[in-house]
Amino acid sequence: MMTTSYVMLVDDEVPFVETMTKRLDKRGLKIISAHSGEDALKVLKRNDTVDVIILDVKMPGMDGIETLQEIKKIFPLKEVIMLTGHATVETAIEGMKLGAFDYLMKPCDIDTLVAKVDEAAKKKKSHDAKIEQARIDKLVLRRGYD
Amino acid sequence: MAKPKNKNYYQSLSRNMVLSAIIVSFTPMLLVIGILLHQFKVSYHEKTYAHLNELVQKHKQNIDTFLMEKLANIRFLAMTKNFETLNDDEFLQRKLQFLRNDYGNVFVDLGIVEASGMQAAYAGPLKLGNANYKDAEWFKNAWQADSYISDVFLGLRGTPHFIVAVKQNESGREFLLRATIDFMAFNSLVQNLRLGKTGYAFILNREGKYQTQPAMDIPPDPDGFEFFWNAVEKTKNNILITKWTDETGVDSLYGVGSLKNGQWMLIVKQQTADAFSDLRRMYLLAVLIFLLGGAGIIFMASYTTRRMVRRIRRADQEKEGMNQQIIETGKMASIGELAAGIAHEINNPVAIMVEEAGWIGDLLEEEEFSDSENLDEFKRALTQINTQGRRCKEITHKLLSFARKTDSTVKDVQLNDIVTEIVDLSAQMAKYNKVTIETSLQKTLPYITISPSEIQQVLLNLINNALDAMEKTGGTINISTKISEIEPGHIVIVVEDNGPGIPDANLPRLFDPFFTTKPVGKGTGLGLSICYGIINKMGGKIDVQSEVGKGTRFRIWIPFQK
Repeated sequence: MMTTSYVMLVDDEVPFVETMTKRLDKRGLKIISAHSGEDALKVLKRNDTVDVIILDVKMPGMDGIETLQEIKKIFPLKEVIMLTGHATVETAIEGMKLGAFDYLMKPCDIDTLVAKVDEAAKKKKSHDAKIEQARIDKLVLRRGYD
Repeated sequence: MAKPKNKNYYQSLSRNMVLSAIIVSFTPMLLVIGILLHQFKVSYHEKTYAHLNELVQKHKQNIDTFLMEKLANIRFLAMTKNFETLNDDEFLQRKLQFLRNDYGNVFVDLGIVEASGMQAAYAGPLKLGNANYKDAEWFKNAWQADSYISDVFLGLRGTPHFIVAVKQNESGREFLLRATIDFMAFNSLVQNLRLGKTGYAFILNREGKYQTQPAMDIPPDPDGFEFFWNAVEKTKNNILITKWTDETGVDSLYGVGSLKNGQWMLIVKQQTADAFSDLRRMYLLAVLIFLLGGAGIIFMASYTTRRMVRRIRRADQEKEGMNQQIIETGKMASIGELAAGIAHEINNPVAIMVEEAGWIGDLLEEEEFSDSENLDEFKRALTQINTQGRRCKEITHKLLSFARKTDSTVKDVQLNDIVTEIVDLSAQMAKYNKVTIETSLQKTLPYITISPSEIQQVLLNLINNALDAMEKTGGTINISTKISEIEPGHIVIVVEDNGPGIPDANLPRLFDPFFTTKPVGKGTGLGLSICYGIINKMGGKIDVQSEVGKGTRFRIWIPFQK
């Protein structure tokens, strides 16, 4: 069984964030919200539990791509799903190149979004597990030599 | 943007250009012709006067010499022979023969005249043996001088002649040896002098009588020349060259020289017009050259100016058209930007609305609402909100994609997608014009490498033209794509309407820039020429078929890589 996924939702549209939070919460996801790129980074630095970040591409201040780059630099293991208002494949592709997990166009179907989040969370957790395993193996190995 | 130039601007431009070209070319031409003509006239006058002067001088000398010579002949005869010898008809006859042999038939006869006036001896063709000259004027004059040359007169014989006489004093016995000079021989000295067409010479005596026969049918009145006597005497070498208009109004040049110690006067007369006929011909030639050259200059100036102005005008028009095109492009770009902005702004609220509807849907799932009798109705309404939200999304996406594709970067595209997109965009507009747009697209079209925004522009243009044409009537636009059967390796797009059609007269000019049948301010006349340019650049071609009342069909062939 999967453990609960922690999701961060980043969008400058406050009502959108609020509604989405309610809907995703109802679907069993733990939601932390932020209303700008800077905000998101601040929260992430404090809270290490977030697995998946849903990131709007177009935001005032730090835009989605910049935020994505920043997140990937600091937290390379966290998965990012881009939400785009444009029908711009280019921006999405750029995001993918920079390490985004996937992209979705706004407005998007809630079930599709949840499915994407689950996939991303699964990937993140399996990465985490592998790293954990590797650490344990290392520990065991070291101990074995002692 | 430059002010549109009206017709007057080009008219005054070409007028100024023609005027300055003419002034610049005419001024030196006039100056050169004028100076040359003036110089020529001055030197020609000098030459003519000098020539006349020389002529008069030469003939004056000739005639004087002739007369003196004849006198000397007689004097020699009289001095070398005594009266007895001379007073013999036969001797005189012999002497006359000698003289005639030596000098030609100048001497007509010889005679000895005594103091009484009786002719003592005579040799000659006439029977004047006993003629008495006592009362003859020449006799009276001759008796008072050593030698004498008479004026021309008729005398006893009744033909014009003149007499050369020498008086001899032989030991108190005085007599005259006289000779008659043939008038014709003397006359020929003067009569042969001809100048041009109207120039001739004659000799007048003090009484104003002709001493030679003027070579004219109607000789001028000799009295008119009286004032020449005084004038010629005042000159240095007794030669006067002057211009004078006689009483008949004819302007003539006169060369006057006094002869025979001022008793006679040689007059050479030539009409001024004749004397200066070369000059006049020169004037005529100059005028002719001037007129021809002037006409040439005016023609060339106006011709080249008109060409130049036409070129300037065309360039201005092109510039204006370009300006308009740039404005149009700029307008399109800003509209595109605006559309993109609006689309994005609308997208977010729509997303929120859809999410809120979704949230309501989520809440409806909960138990407390499951009994509600309107549950189905709520769900239906939410689905509807969702559907309409999605529709809004589609529209904004379409707008965004249209606004973004304004570049001419080439990529592989599926033509049918572009056609569908354009048809969707135009559908709303078509609905207002009561026009339906139908498509029949071949499914298996190959990809072509073109700029999508350019082909979009072409299709939009054709559709908009068709919509404009059917604005009042409504109708159908049919757009079809397929692989061309006529042109191998090409895709053909046919845009066909059943509108009013294009008159035959307009068809050949349809793709010309600035050709428009729309009212002023409505169309630039650039649309189809831009289409033509775009299709040409793609290596394709475009043509048009139209029949008034039936409709118009545009066909576009675009090559693809096999």
